[in-house]
Amino acid sequence: MIATKTIPDFSLSPHVDQVGIEERASRFTKRSIKNETKVNGLKLALNMIDLTTLEGKDTDGKVKQLCYKALHLHDAYPGLPTVAAICVYPSMVKVAKTALGDSGVKVAAVATAFPSGQAPRDVKIRDTKYAVQNGADEIDMVISRGKFLQGEYNFVFDEIAAIKEACGEARLKVILETGELVTYDKVRRASDIAMYAGADFIKTSTGKISPAATMPVTLVMLEAIRDFYYKTGKKIAMKPAGGISKAKLALHYLVMLNEVLGEDWMNNEWFRFGASSLANDILMQLMKQRTGVYQSANYFSID
Amino acid sequence: MATKKNNTIKLKFDSARNLAPAPESKSAAKIDPQYELFINGKFEKPQSKKYFPTINPATEEKLSMIAEANGADVNKAVTAARNAYDKTWKKMPPAERAKYIYRIARMLQERAREFAIIETLDGGKPIRESRDFDVPTAANHFFYYAGWADKLEYAFPNRRTEPLGVAGQIIPWNFPLLMAAWKIAPALACGNTVVLKPAENTSLTALKLAEIIQEADLPPGVVNIITGAGATGAAIVNHPGINKIAFTGSTEVGKIIQRAIAGTNKKATLELGGKAANIIFDDAPLDQAVEGVINGIFFNQGHVCCAGSRLYVQESVFKQVVRKLKDRLETLIVGDPIDKNTDIGAINSRAQLDIINKYIKIGIQEGAEMYQSSCAIPKKGFFCRPTIFTNVAQSNRIAQEEIFGPVLAIQSFRTDDEVIEKANNTPYGLSAGVWTDKGSKIFNMTTKLRAGVVWANTFNKFDPSSPFGGYKESGYGREGGVHGLNAYVNIV
Repeated sequence: MIATKTIPDFSLSPHVDQVGIEERASRFTKRSIKNETKVNGLKLALNMIDLTTLEGKDTDGKVKQLCYKALHLHDAYPGLPTVAAICVYPSMVKVAKTALGDSGVKVAAVATAFPSGQAPRDVKIRDTKYAVQNGADEIDMVISRGKFLQGEYNFVFDEIAAIKEACGEARLKVILETGELVTYDKVRRASDIAMYAGADFIKTSTGKISPAATMPVTLVMLEAIRDFYYKTGKKIAMKPAGGISKAKLALHYLVMLNEVLGEDWMNNEWFRFGASSLANDILMQLMKQRTGVYQSANYFSID
Repeated sequence: MATKKNNTIKLKFDSARNLAPAPESKSAAKIDPQYELFINGKFEKPQSKKYFPTINPATEEKLSMIAEANGADVNKAVTAARNAYDKTWKKMPPAERAKYIYRIARMLQERAREFAIIETLDGGKPIRESRDFDVPTAANHFFYYAGWADKLEYAFPNRRTEPLGVAGQIIPWNFPLLMAAWKIAPALACGNTVVLKPAENTSLTALKLAEIIQEADLPPGVVNIITGAGATGAAIVNHPGINKIAFTGSTEVGKIIQRAIAGTNKKATLELGGKAANIIFDDAPLDQAVEGVINGIFFNQGHVCCAGSRLYVQESVFKQVVRKLKDRLETLIVGDPIDKNTDIGAINSRAQLDIINKYIKIGIQEGAEMYQSSCAIPKKGFFCRPTIFTNVAQSNRIAQEEIFGPVLAIQSFRTDDEVIEKANNTPYGLSAGVWTDKGSKIFNMTTKLRAGVVWANTFNKFDPSSPFGGYKESGYGREGGVHGLNAYVNIV
């Protein structure tokens, strides 16, 4: 956490012009990504995926299958990278950790009464500690959106700081649930609060609320990260989650990342996609790039 | 944890600029080896028997040979326009005129890709801009004014209007097709006939438009498109058969035209130079303001009369804005205009590149601090890195004179009154931009800035329904919107 005297007044967070930010975001989609840039981009995107299953009906079996997929995305295409992490509920962390072994693929756990966050702080802390004790490398927490919308910024700040402490060595991703914050001004303010309170990542969404990640929302957060970096010298990672299921859209996000934060952020330490179906679309595009023809979806495993 | 302020950190953007080539296909556009004059509905060889080359400024390769119209050719074109006016166009029911204009608009849309490619090859502007801005906006102008043709009584309630006659129209090289559309569409809608001369560097899309006009079956002589340089333009201006001059170009030439038509009953509209002030207040959404500044000065390589070439930043956010500008500058891709990823294409001509370089030198000599993007630029062709100057004063020449290139002069200010005074302290008055989160401040500024267009929290936005034109030495008369009709009618 950053010393109190440097914490800014969050009600003074910079404003965002809705028309301007949406125009800028759409400008990235005009970039034409071809040939080797495309193949490199697609492989990088694969390597940035947090392969996710967050369902009430999740079982050990389902999680094991997903972990196998994480390590063997498409064996017909040798030399592919693995995904960055598997994202599961705390109860599944142990299974995932065992299945992934020493592959280097991380285990992320959603904690703090995900997805609503409507629980007392001590419950959230226990939830977090439980996940960490079971071996989670990363914790995806949700902020208390109700408190945030009430203007209780100190409450939100303190809660993030407390969870960060509970994380120990695990990296903390702070989910803003931008679909519930609605305006870009609020997304920017919540980003600033999360970063100053100790977030390692800021993340758009749980995937349970629509709209989830959008390019303009992600751009607001990337710009917040850039301003924070210039102010403090500390790098913060970014994770858009939910709604990114096409390879082309993933490439647009990478173009945006590259032009806002630059090449230091172009790896899975500093950027992730929270997605479940994105991987297969990327695989399909990679095979198309290599063979010249599209293959049927039946050739790509669904896990 | 490190909380120390670090001023040495710098983001790295090399990989953002190094994308695999994504060229638009040149073969999708057909360019003839030689183009004639379009007079009385036919392509005719010039009586001057002379042709001049037109080149691709990005490669310096010759694209085609263009006919040079002399006095006799101009006379022929004006006579054709006069006949068409008297015998057909003036008498035609307005709804019929509208049909022709709609037809031009639709055909332009159908051939949009071809026009975009030729505009880029001939003028050097990025294909992204000619594809997404020039060609669609040109088509929209035809659509818009086609709609007015039979509704002039609503534009001028309780008044009767009549057309002026033959309009002589001279357009610049920065938006060749779009300027042709701005000129031709309202003239035709109001019942005038036209003799149009594109700039000598960029004749191709106007000649392609002539092909469309021919295919659209417009009555012969209603639109005549003749090519040539200054002498051809002078012959149009001085021809006694012309009733109206519409000119877009430099203030210098505008003054010559003004003198030439003094004492005649020719009407005129002049759209001339500019040195627009873009003003950022400390409460502005800074990232979007920076993006607006970038679009304001680097759009079309800064070859825009309303370009935001002077930037005023409130002192409390000055450093932050300049840092953001420099970062954004690094991500601009400068290179082959035909590549879909190019942000800044080629300077239109060697002469213009020389002028820009001259001003960059002047800026340095005057003690201003220059910053240029670290990008590489092609060895062949006319290119200029995007350039910003800080440590600039109101009395610097780079802050006073129109450069017409990708060069931005940045000054700081403290109070609202100060910036209004500085922004208005120029012989020009074409456009201005205001960036603030406060609505009341916007209205205060817009009433006090002496500029034809004031954009708030955006820049370089154009729409056929919105009038455009200048104060002071930026010219007079308005183009676009209902106001644009005024320039082509007598109200009786």
